[in-house]
Amino acid sequence: MSEPILRLEGVETRIGPYHILHGVSFDVPAGELTLLLGRNGAGKTTTLRTIMGLWRASAGRVLFDGRDITALPTPDIARAGLAYVPESMAVFSDLTVRENMVLAARSGPLDSARLDWIFGLFPALRRFWQSRAGVLSGGQKQMLAIARGLAEPRRLLLVDEPTKGLAPAMVRNMVEAFRQVKAAGETILLVEQNFHAASALGDDVAVMDNGTVVHSGPMRALAADAALQQSLLGLSLDQHQ
Amino acid sequence: MSGGRGGVLAALLSDDGPRSRVLAVLLLAIAAGLAATPFVFPGSQPIGAAAKICVFIMLAASYDILLGYTGVVSFAHTMFFGIGGYGVAIALDRLGPGWGQVALGVVAALGLSCVLALAIGLISLRVRAIFFAMITLAVASAFLVLASQLSTLTGGEDGISFQLPGELRPAFRPFAEPVLGLAINGRVLAYYMILAVTVLVFLGLLRVVNSPFGRVLQAIRENEFRAEALGYRVVAYRTAASVISACAATVAGAMLALWLRYNGPDTTLSFSIMIDVLLMVVIGGMGTLYGAVVGATLLVLAQTYLQAVMAKASAAAAGAPIVAAILHPDRWLLWLGVLFVLSVYFFPTGVVGRLRGGR
Repeated sequence: MSEPILRLEGVETRIGPYHILHGVSFDVPAGELTLLLGRNGAGKTTTLRTIMGLWRASAGRVLFDGRDITALPTPDIARAGLAYVPESMAVFSDLTVRENMVLAARSGPLDSARLDWIFGLFPALRRFWQSRAGVLSGGQKQMLAIARGLAEPRRLLLVDEPTKGLAPAMVRNMVEAFRQVKAAGETILLVEQNFHAASALGDDVAVMDNGTVVHSGPMRALAADAALQQSLLGLSLDQHQ
Repeated sequence: MSGGRGGVLAALLSDDGPRSRVLAVLLLAIAAGLAATPFVFPGSQPIGAAAKICVFIMLAASYDILLGYTGVVSFAHTMFFGIGGYGVAIALDRLGPGWGQVALGVVAALGLSCVLALAIGLISLRVRAIFFAMITLAVASAFLVLASQLSTLTGGEDGISFQLPGELRPAFRPFAEPVLGLAINGRVLAYYMILAVTVLVFLGLLRVVNSPFGRVLQAIRENEFRAEALGYRVVAYRTAASVISACAATVAGAMLALWLRYNGPDTTLSFSIMIDVLLMVVIGGMGTLYGAVVGATLLVLAQTYLQAVMAKASAAAAGAPIVAAILHPDRWLLWLGVLFVLSVYFFPTGVVGRLRGGR
C-alpha cells in the first residue's frame, strides 16, 4: 500500500444537537481508489463534508499530505488539491455545461487535451456543451458533476454516491468511467451504495456504521468474504449483482 | 459587413443579447425613444421622464447585480445612490460650478461608497441572508437620519440646490441655429450626457455579469456551498459584487443630482425609492440586466403619465359616475398597485424572463 494522501484521525462531527461521527479514522492511499461503504445514515456523506470543511470536526484531525486541514475554510481545502463531487447531481443549473466546466478550472483556461479525455469518458457533455445544465437528464448531470471534479488535475477526488438514482446502463457507463479515471492515476475516495459497482472499482475499503469505521482493508478481501459483507453491511455480493 | 456589425454588437453586449425577437424590438424601441426624446417629444416633462428612466436603468441594473446575479437582498442600495447625489451636490455647492468639482464630487462619492460597501460586505455578508438584509436596512436608515441631521453639510431636510457648470445650464446655446428643429441648450446636453453615462454603465455591468467573475456570482446564487467546494471564497465574491453595485448606484445618484440641480433625502435616500428599484428589477426580470431597462421604463412611465391618462379616462367616463370615480386621477397609486400585482402574476419571471421563453 502506498503512502496515504489523506488520513482521518478520530474525527468527530456534530450537527446541531446530533452527534454524527464518533471518532472516524482511516487512510486514503495515493494513486488508489478507496471506497467508503456503509448503510444509509452510517455517516459517509458527513465524513466527506467534514473533510471538505462544509461541516466542522469537533474533535480529531484531517491530514492531507501530512498537513492538518481540519480547521481550514472550505475554499482553502479545495485549493489544497481536493475536488468534491456532492451527491444528487450537483450542477449549476442556470449555467451551461461549458460554464460549469470553466468554473471548475480555477487556475486558467480548460486544457484541451484534458477536455478531450473528459469527453471520451462522458461523450454526452460534448453534445450538450452549450446547453444549460438544468436541461440535462439525471445521468448527464451526474456526468457533468464528476467531469467538473476532473476539469483540472487534483490530488484527491471525493465523490459521493455517483450511481445513486441512475439506470443500470448509466451505472455501467459510470463504473467504466471511474475505471478509466483510476487508470489515469487519480486518487479517489468514493462513497457508493451499489456494492456490485463498488467491488468492481475499489482497491481499498473503509466500512462505516453508526458514525465510525468498523472495518478497513483491501476491497478484494471484502468482496470475497460473503460472511464479512453480511456482518458489516447486512448484504452479500451475490444479492446485489 | 453585416457579420462585422453583428460581431461588434455582440462584443458590446458581451455575447449576451436579448435572445428573443420581441424583447429585441422592445429594447430597440426603448433605446430609440430615449435617444430621440428631446427631438420628438417637446416640453420639460418628457425629457425629465427620459432622464429619470436613464438614471433608474443604472440604479436597477446595479441592484440586479446584487439581487438577481448574487442572490443578495440589500436595503442599503439607495444609500449609495444618495452618496452619489450628495457627492456632486456638496462639491458644486461648496466649491462652485465647474467640471473639476463634478469630477471631485463623483470620485469622492465613489471612494466613500467603496469603503462603506466593503465594510458592510466583509462584516455582514458572512451571516444568513435575512440578517444581512436587516443589517443593510439599519445602515440605510442610519444614513438617512445622518443626512437629515448633518444640515450644515447636507442641507438637512431641505437638501442642497446648486449651480451646474455653464455648459449644462438652460441658457447655454452651443449652436446658433436649431438642429432638426430643436434649439439645443445645456439642458439637452445634460440629458445626452446622462444617456451616454447610462449606456456606458449598463454595458460595463453587462460585461461584469458575463465575465468569469459573473459566472462565479451566478454559481454562488445557485448554491454557495458548491461554489465554496470548488475553491471560491463566497464572502470575497459577494463583497466585490456589492462594491461594483454600489459604485454604479453612486454614479446614478450623481447623474440624478446633475439633472435636478438638487439633492435631498427624498430624492435619493427615501425608502420608497428602494421599493421602486425592487419593483423595477422584479417586474423587468431578475438576473437579466435587460429586465432593469424594461422595469425602469415601465415604472417611470407609469409614475409620470398614469395620472394624466386616468384624468382623461375619468373625463371620458363622466356619463358613468361610478366608473369616473374609480378612474379619478387621485386613485392613480391604487391602479399602479393593481398593475404591479397583475404584472407579477402574469410574468412571474419578469417581462424579460417571459419573453426569453421562461415561465
